[in-house]
Amino acid sequence: MSKFALNTALPRYLRQEQDRVEGIARAYGLDFFPVVFEILKYDQMNEIAAYGGFPSRYPHWRFGMEYEQLAKSYEYGLSKIYEMVINNNPSYAYLLEGNSLTEQKLVMSHVLGHVDFFKNNFCFRATDLDAPKPILDPMRRRESYNPDRRWIDRLANHGSRVARHIERQGINKIESFVDHCLSLENLIDPWAPFSGRAVQEDPAKEDDTPLPQPRLKAREYMEDFINPREYMEAQKKKAEEKKADKRFPQSPERDVLKFLLDNAPLDRWERDVLEVIRDEAYYFVPQKQTKIMNEGWASYWHSRMMTEKLLDASEIVDYADANAGVMATSPGRFNPYKVGVELYRYVEERWNKGQFGKEWEECNDLDERRNWDMKLGLGRKKIFEVRSLYNDVTFIDEFLTPEFCVAHKLYTFGFSGRNDRFEIESRQFKEVKEKLLFQLTNFGDPYIRVIDANYQNRGELLLTHEHMGGDLRQDYAKETLTALVRIWKRPVALTTKLEQKPVMLRFDGTEQTVTPYRT
Amino acid sequence: MDPQGTPELIATCYRWAILKIDQDHGRFRQIVRGKVRENLRKYISTGELVGRKGKDVVSIPIPQIDIPRFKFGEKQTGGVGQGDGNPGDPVNGGEQAPGQGKAGKDGGDHILEVDVTMDELADILAEELELPRIEDKGKSKISNAHDKYSGIRRVGPESLRHFKRTYREALRRMISSGTFKPDTPVVVPFPDDKRYRSWKTIHEPVANAVIIYMMDVSGSMGDEQKEIVRIESFWIDMWLTRQYKGLESRFIIHDAVAREVDRETFFHTRESGGTMISSAYKLCAQLIKQHYPAPEWNIYPFHFSDGDNWSMDDTLACVEIMKKDILPASNMFAYGQVESPYGSGQFIKDLKEHFKSDERVVTSEIRDKDAIVGSIRDFLGKGK
Repeated sequence: MSKFALNTALPRYLRQEQDRVEGIARAYGLDFFPVVFEILKYDQMNEIAAYGGFPSRYPHWRFGMEYEQLAKSYEYGLSKIYEMVINNNPSYAYLLEGNSLTEQKLVMSHVLGHVDFFKNNFCFRATDLDAPKPILDPMRRRESYNPDRRWIDRLANHGSRVARHIERQGINKIESFVDHCLSLENLIDPWAPFSGRAVQEDPAKEDDTPLPQPRLKAREYMEDFINPREYMEAQKKKAEEKKADKRFPQSPERDVLKFLLDNAPLDRWERDVLEVIRDEAYYFVPQKQTKIMNEGWASYWHSRMMTEKLLDASEIVDYADANAGVMATSPGRFNPYKVGVELYRYVEERWNKGQFGKEWEECNDLDERRNWDMKLGLGRKKIFEVRSLYNDVTFIDEFLTPEFCVAHKLYTFGFSGRNDRFEIESRQFKEVKEKLLFQLTNFGDPYIRVIDANYQNRGELLLTHEHMGGDLRQDYAKETLTALVRIWKRPVALTTKLEQKPVMLRFDGTEQTVTPYRT
Repeated sequence: MDPQGTPELIATCYRWAILKIDQDHGRFRQIVRGKVRENLRKYISTGELVGRKGKDVVSIPIPQIDIPRFKFGEKQTGGVGQGDGNPGDPVNGGEQAPGQGKAGKDGGDHILEVDVTMDELADILAEELELPRIEDKGKSKISNAHDKYSGIRRVGPESLRHFKRTYREALRRMISSGTFKPDTPVVVPFPDDKRYRSWKTIHEPVANAVIIYMMDVSGSMGDEQKEIVRIESFWIDMWLTRQYKGLESRFIIHDAVAREVDRETFFHTRESGGTMISSAYKLCAQLIKQHYPAPEWNIYPFHFSDGDNWSMDDTLACVEIMKKDILPASNMFAYGQVESPYGSGQFIKDLKEHFKSDERVVTSEIRDKDAIVGSIRDFLGKGK
């Protein structure tokens, strides 16, 4: 039996506290899945945290690495994990044994904020196991919304699937294959669950349809002159050639993992492992898409619930101390908790005062703007709407304003080659916003697509990096190509740009080459 | 956890979810130590043994293996921060500062650093390298006497008068004899009331140790070689400091002649002369004789060189001095040979030949920075 079969249920006084916190949260209008709190010792906490919050996952050394980091940071007194909550229905959350009651209340209220977010933010609809995909309208859902999100079970099943292959193939073989798959983990299409892409047409069927004859528009009596026979022949031939030259995939494919699963020559166990990796990668997408919003929302609610309802006077200092630790900012580090919570507060204030709409946008009188208060009181309603309908990118895009940037001292920093260090670059609103959006878009990862699975008619795989100003890290790109070759089992090439020149990186199984490339 | 467990057993464990993290952690440790999956080692982002060194704390990087992915070059990215400062001001650290929030959840390029005290660092080192604790030579019979104020008595010099106790005695006497008046609370002590601090002499056995570092600073020792010696000596210092209460370090540099210097000079001198190792050994023997009587001291001579000596005669002279003067007095004699493009590397062979069966002589070849860890283990792994 697992050691988590040990008694991790809450003691009575915490159970009562949970009821109280949940009652208060409901009164504020939060709408969450049932939450199961468990109380863990610190080593159990570190272990579960190392597994990303899941008590059972497939075995892999990187969880051991996470564990070592968590355990060491805890032992050296650098950090401890206060809170962990799993997007699951019912949601599971963990409390650390030995924390003070103030801290436990803080964690509970914070967790309820997260669970409300899991349930109501549109991105998380992608994790509904029972929703028919694609989900074209994520806001439309049943009256009593109670989706199947048994991800803890699902990941445990993944664990036993991989373990079964380990038994057969040996740990080294499976683990190094998992490493290769993990190199490709980010090559998925985050919007796939919502995109209403048509079902692939059956290639056999379309062959019979006659090719359309392209002809120049002409009056009937001019036909022979405008579209002479030779011209029509040439056009027909062209069309046929075009058809024969049809590329596969027809349009560039962002979900590289899906493409490999469908088309790469994989052994059964390889396919199984790759499927597991892809499935889990998709599970974590919504959390990556809403880091700022999710943490901001939870922090917003813990601070309101704690300061307005839950704390008694003797606990204020402890609370403030713990809260300050979470909200602290330091140079060179972007704290999503802090920026998130402040943005929600800012939005709430603006909508309370009516600082939106055409008149507000067009008002250039600083004094008037400063004292703008229409006493609308729409703030609460607005932030609930925001938490449902936005993700980090749209949240920042819409609500980050020059005033907010100044008030919260945001800046951009970058590497200065001259001084060999990271330096503050700018405090301009435009640049801060651009940089932030750049980092959030596609999680700061490059866009990579499959464009040809039969490159040079040799069964080679051709990918392309859509270059938007940033070069790829070369050594990593090469290793990733190795991983792709391992799975595709034929040479793989990637077109990208290096110092503004188009190049092709190619790995044929033995040799890495970088050659100039003409588009 | 038993890393040598049979595969079936491991698989069974996985299936029943027992020892899950221990298994994964064990795998990770094996990878870091290079026992399995050599190809992953190149992504271990430790680089240096010591990240930063402050006054009492050092920061050590926790090994981290980065899984390669398609991603942007780090220097091209940067990010958004929050706080004071003007454009052009440096931003401390890279992406993430340790010490708060969730540690290392996001992975990335940064090296995760942890601040620890020297003592803790020594323990970590010991654990990593599986170093034994040093057995005292058993010659620390001598004891150090020091006085400790531990009691009170009625007589003593005025300078040791215990004011509080004296006052209390006086007050007690006055109250019991009825002479104390609360309205005018004046307390006058009689000679009898006076109390004095008294001391005890404590005899403590002392284990004193001295490290005598010797380094070849002839022309063939370059900066890189010295850097290796510097790093290595830092760790040796630290480990022995942990083992002995009073640790002294002496530094000798030599080319054709030897002289004693301070730490700073030791690491930053570069001479150009030839090499006579015997000159250093002579000085070392002399130091031991004058300052560190063998029965009272644990003596550790460490010599670093590129292994190029002037002549065979000089090498024989070295062996002679070692046999006669240095070895009988020392716990062990350590010789580290740093590889340099100019050195012949002969000296280590000669030493090995002459002291084949002598356990007190430990030699180690240090090819590059990566070899430092191994060589520390060579030197300190015997528990001498």
